[in-house]
Amino acid sequence: MAEKHFASKRFAEKSNRVLVYVILTVVSVIWIFPFFYLILQSFANYAVAGGADSSKLFPIQWTGDNYVALFTSTTRPFFRWWINTFLIAFATSALQTVLVLMTSYALSRLRFTGRQGLMKLMLILGMFPGFLGMLVNYYILQLLGLNGSMFSLIVVYVASSAMSYYIAKGFFDTVSRSLDEAVMIDGGSKNTVFWRIILPLSKPIIIYTILISFTAPWGDFMFGNFIASASQNITAADYTVAVGLYKITEQAEFGVFCAGAVMVSIPITVLFFWLQRYYVEGIAGGAVKG
Amino acid sequence: MTKLQYLSLTKGERALVNLGDFFKNFGKGFVNFFKSIPNKLLKFWNHTLTAPFKTLARAWSKGSWLVRGNFLVFGLYQITHREIARGILFLLYEVVFIWFFIKTGIPYLAKLGTLGTLSTTSHYMIDPSTGVADGTFTAGDNSFSILLYSLVTIFLLGLFVVLWYLSIRDAKSLHDNICVGRLSKNTQFFKDLVDSKYHTLLLAVPLVGLVAFTVIPVVFMMIVGFTNYDGGYRQTLFDWVGFDNYKLLFSGVGSGGGGVVTIFFKILAWTLLWALIATFTNYFLGMVIALLINKKGIKLKKLWRTILIFTIAVPQFVSLMLINRMLSANGFLTNLFVQAGWIKSQISPFQNVTLARVIIIVINMWVGVPYTMLISSGILMNIPEDLYESARIDGASSFKMYTAITLPYMLFITGPYLLSQFVGNINNFNIIYLLSKGAPSFNLNPNLGYGDPGETDLLITWIYKMSMESGSQSNYAMASTLGVLVFLVIAFFSLIFYGRSNAVKNEGDFS
Repeated sequence: MAEKHFASKRFAEKSNRVLVYVILTVVSVIWIFPFFYLILQSFANYAVAGGADSSKLFPIQWTGDNYVALFTSTTRPFFRWWINTFLIAFATSALQTVLVLMTSYALSRLRFTGRQGLMKLMLILGMFPGFLGMLVNYYILQLLGLNGSMFSLIVVYVASSAMSYYIAKGFFDTVSRSLDEAVMIDGGSKNTVFWRIILPLSKPIIIYTILISFTAPWGDFMFGNFIASASQNITAADYTVAVGLYKITEQAEFGVFCAGAVMVSIPITVLFFWLQRYYVEGIAGGAVKG
Repeated sequence: MTKLQYLSLTKGERALVNLGDFFKNFGKGFVNFFKSIPNKLLKFWNHTLTAPFKTLARAWSKGSWLVRGNFLVFGLYQITHREIARGILFLLYEVVFIWFFIKTGIPYLAKLGTLGTLSTTSHYMIDPSTGVADGTFTAGDNSFSILLYSLVTIFLLGLFVVLWYLSIRDAKSLHDNICVGRLSKNTQFFKDLVDSKYHTLLLAVPLVGLVAFTVIPVVFMMIVGFTNYDGGYRQTLFDWVGFDNYKLLFSGVGSGGGGVVTIFFKILAWTLLWALIATFTNYFLGMVIALLINKKGIKLKKLWRTILIFTIAVPQFVSLMLINRMLSANGFLTNLFVQAGWIKSQISPFQNVTLARVIIIVINMWVGVPYTMLISSGILMNIPEDLYESARIDGASSFKMYTAITLPYMLFITGPYLLSQFVGNINNFNIIYLLSKGAPSFNLNPNLGYGDPGETDLLITWIYKMSMESGSQSNYAMASTLGVLVFLVIAFFSLIFYGRSNAVKNEGDFS
């Protein structure tokens, strides 16, 4: 009797597990499917009538022309866009990471008048629709003589870094304070604590911040488009990939867009999978304190 | 109600009691917030408002003549008493500000009342007095610059007053120290900068960026809600209109039967409903998937997680534009829906309100679930195993363990995260704009200056349409008015939840 009970229990557990595998497989298929479709369509021949049908999963006529078009077209200099975006993302990521870490350390470890007020202020600022300020941002860029170049995007992205203190601060909050005190007793300053204690312990959050700030410019369409259309100095060659791809959907075939999307996604996806461990640690350790 | 009374109730009654308690606490938090206002004001008056004046009075009456000199010349006492670096910084700001104030500030501030009256004239026509048509412009007033420069001047003036106070306070405390024989050294300033005043060094650059590119624009746009600025390139002059934009919005001027005010409340209702559903569907589905992946005996944990992370890695606008295409009139998914019989013909599913809303919520799950999955896996692994152990010994079912251990633990820790998600969803521009663009449209007359709002528009996308997309019909002032309203709605919810959240209150508990 007892044996039979165990056997049925083991069977229940096993069928349970099979069910979980089935669910996970279905979920994975749903999640991966659009990208599968994207890659297939990037090889579809949209230039020829009947060569492709975006309502079908597989291309009717296979071709590599979409990719060739991306890299040879003079009206759509995709390679230039890619380089532009890379430079912008690189500079943004470097500067933003420094500023975010500075702000987070100050808000997490230092006690000064107005600390709570400052955090509340930033919370409140985040509630106001940001793009309404774009017009003013552009005007301020003009005052600083920075308009007329897509690289002014770096200034805009970096300037609001303080607002993204939240995750890194959450992480710093969990680092034990007794370490700070030990340094202070040995005569170190708060600067020493920052460099010798906090930074070496924060590798996941530093990499997380770098990753997030590096990937954001690749996806920012709104501000890029605003700057691109506001200034006459900015020609098609100066676009970022997000702006460029949006223009492609407006004028060119779907196949070229898919090829472009694949080319944009590859570097970021590679980066993500390479640094996945840090991303997961960062988001789990900093977003919520536990 | 005592514990015993509670336990004697049936399950249904208990649920009712719990629900009642929830709303009672909700109301209580709200009432407490308003009750605390008088106390806070009193404290503000005593500690923040009057204290500086006392300090100033003391500095004047008890300080030396050099301390009093600080009332006129910033940093005078510091420079003469071996605090040269600090003194010079104070002095420098004073000089630069006064120069700026006289040269730029005053001329612009003088025009703030009228926002400028002189219009720009062009000389394309032959000027009768000179007889030339040179195609140049005589620049008149520009209301936008007047408002912006005035605002900047006011900010700098505020900083000026604060620094004036700080320089005097600093001089007084330096004076006190010197009186008891504690002389300071010039190098002390730099030592403080990396230790007791480290925050000024760290926060200086981030805060300048924040003020210039976030605070000033936000304040500016809030003020624009009280003008008739339309955002067009040709409009150089605009005027103050007081609360006219608010009145116009709520007086219900509009086409046909539905006034703008009805559209406003419809969009507001959908925005809140959307934010609520989107937040919770993502949260629970993410948690369920995390639980499935973390389940004991499930293999390839890393693979499942990696597959989901794909959606995070691919830039969001790429995946959303792709989905948009798949859902267009002849798109891949539309065809699937037709074959499944969900829609009759091959038109974009975004033509049907309910279907459009459901699709947006489902796609949002596709976009957002991986994030919540990652966050919940992190937390789930942190739940102490012995809790489950003892529950298992007591014979609890896995569902019971979920509702009694996992869920409360998750909700407790992720409270602030849920709030930030809720706020983020109210302002979730990308998903709506790139998927449906707000379709199906309300068919509002575009000449009214309210853009082209639709059934699935959130307030934020409506604002975008009004300000950025309407071309010559753009209406910045009304968009700003709406922006302020969105802000008020969010602030209302945040105040209630944020003030009551445990994780915020017990900030230092984990360190």
